[in-house]
Amino acid sequence: MHANEADGKTLVAIYRKMALIKHSDDRVIDAMKAGRMQMPYYSARGQECIPAAISVLLDDADYLVTIYRGVHDMLAKGLPAKLLWAELAGKATGSCKGKGGPMHLTYPSKGCMVTTGIVGASLPIACGLALAAQLRGETRVTIANFGDGASNIGAFHESLNLASVWKLPVVFVCQNNRYAEHTSYAKGTSCERIADRAAAYAMPGVRVDGNDPRAVYRVAQTAIARARAGEGPTLIEAMTFRFNGHLIGDMGEYIPKADYAAALAADPYPRFRQQLLDDRHASAAELDAIDAAVREEIDDAEAFAMSSPPPDAREVTRDVYAHDIA
Amino acid sequence: MSTTPKTQANLLQSLNQALHDAMEDDPAVIVFGEDIADPEGGGIVKLTHGLSTKFGARVRSTPISEMAFVGAAVGAAVAGFKPVVEIMLMNFTAVCMDQITNHAAKLRFMSGGQTHVPMVIRTMTGSGMQNGGQHSDFLEAWFCHTPGIKVVMPSNPVDGYGLLRSAIDDPDPVLFVEHLPSYWLPGAAPERGSRIPIGKARVHRQGCDVTVIGYSRAMHDIAPVAEKLAADGIACEVIDLRTVSPLDMDTVLTSVKKTGRAVVVHEAVKSFGVGAEVSSRIHEALFRELKAPVERVASADSPVPYAPPLEAAFLYRPADIETAIRKTLA
Repeated sequence: MHANEADGKTLVAIYRKMALIKHSDDRVIDAMKAGRMQMPYYSARGQECIPAAISVLLDDADYLVTIYRGVHDMLAKGLPAKLLWAELAGKATGSCKGKGGPMHLTYPSKGCMVTTGIVGASLPIACGLALAAQLRGETRVTIANFGDGASNIGAFHESLNLASVWKLPVVFVCQNNRYAEHTSYAKGTSCERIADRAAAYAMPGVRVDGNDPRAVYRVAQTAIARARAGEGPTLIEAMTFRFNGHLIGDMGEYIPKADYAAALAADPYPRFRQQLLDDRHASAAELDAIDAAVREEIDDAEAFAMSSPPPDAREVTRDVYAHDIA
Repeated sequence: MSTTPKTQANLLQSLNQALHDAMEDDPAVIVFGEDIADPEGGGIVKLTHGLSTKFGARVRSTPISEMAFVGAAVGAAVAGFKPVVEIMLMNFTAVCMDQITNHAAKLRFMSGGQTHVPMVIRTMTGSGMQNGGQHSDFLEAWFCHTPGIKVVMPSNPVDGYGLLRSAIDDPDPVLFVEHLPSYWLPGAAPERGSRIPIGKARVHRQGCDVTVIGYSRAMHDIAPVAEKLAADGIACEVIDLRTVSPLDMDTVLTSVKKTGRAVVVHEAVKSFGVGAEVSSRIHEALFRELKAPVERVASADSPVPYAPPLEAAFLYRPADIETAIRKTLA
């Protein structure tokens, strides 16, 4: 087996992270539909393989930056479900004290440094985190997540150029879910593959099936090793699909029906489960136990969020600066 | 850098010294921007001259990519560095506004205090050099309108040094605005290691008849007017705000309580500017004690023009300051 092939234990660890992301997402949507929660929620259901497979290659010290569709990235990197749920619910016990919400999740002790609501803005910040590691002589790597739409904004191009010129230890992970809000990839993107844009910045660019955990692991392992070795950045384009539209409530009318149905039918979660069973990496009972444990974790997280107090109104005056405002 | 204490320095020298001393005192301080390293000339006005030679990889020239390098400063600050980035000219802040106002200014709040962004953005500007509509604007009001970032605008070498050192020490992002045409004006030399607190105005001249409030280049125009009026028996109290956000209203209101009159002067265009904010706060606090409405002296609400006569017509004239002062006394 090659060094960049995930072993059985790692694959099961990836499955557990996918389960956590999927069950948390299912429950959020259920809570919203039932009226228990209300928020601008950008579901990442369907994209869970990507962070699950990448994050098993990372340490807590490694940095992660993501975007408004980033709950999956944060959960995979280690943001505790309880703190996530309390933040989504806008409670004082949330990771950001209820001041950030789903678009600004942060948890530095696990390397979850910034979540931005601005398309493209994750990349320049990732360059700076990577610069910090480089200046300190650390082997720490920074993962910059963004979508296919972000590859058309200036910050993407400026950041790839800067990272390449400075040989920064960063991995740019484009989660290509084929739609920039409601506009299809082909209508908004001049090239066939975003990975091809890496060539313009003299860095490796690789497109991978983002719904295949083994394939994602393989390319991420190479990119992360390259970054840690001081050889510079890589652009990964992970092909995927978002199951629940841009925002909850988006019915996806702009997506051809057959395409949508085919993408849902190729759900990576049950497919990966079947692969693990077929390859005898885990038994059905073991995987069921993982799902049950994860559901219990989400039960606890939801109960914690619901029973937590709202933030004190005085929080408006705190954290604007180091000192409180009047 | 010379180690012999000097008695005279200009703003350019004092800011260079402040960067040098900050880098020497604190290994977390890093400096980057376009053309700032010595192989590229040490900055377009040589303000960062000598730093890269002495501090190596901590000082970097960047590509012309403000969004990338200001964002990189945000990231490095979140990771514990104290970046000082130079956005060559203030108008160029427009191309990286997102990183400044949506990220640097807000990450502390949005993360519930888990992260913060101790960075300084240095930038230069000012009309009078025929740089036209995209290289001359004073845009401080844009940033004063954004909670989470501080805006500092020194008028002399001593304040420049002390405020830049304080800005670098500050745990929050600071926009540090330098008046380009006054870089070479001589002044008193700063003391090594001195600090001027952010958010504290300075009473430049004491007087009891009218309070004249300015900052940055306006201080150079106010001082001779106050001198001239003193000969006519009009005693101006002159205040240099030094920091425009947060405003030191204690110092302003204490003075206006005494004089009952106030004039605010700035090079930035008049409408929706810092002068409007200062004026409004004076009226809110002291309406009944005012002897006259607060006057504003500022530039025309137009882009900065190119031709010298137009450029002169854009900027307030020193005579406008005198007229405004006399109006409050009428």
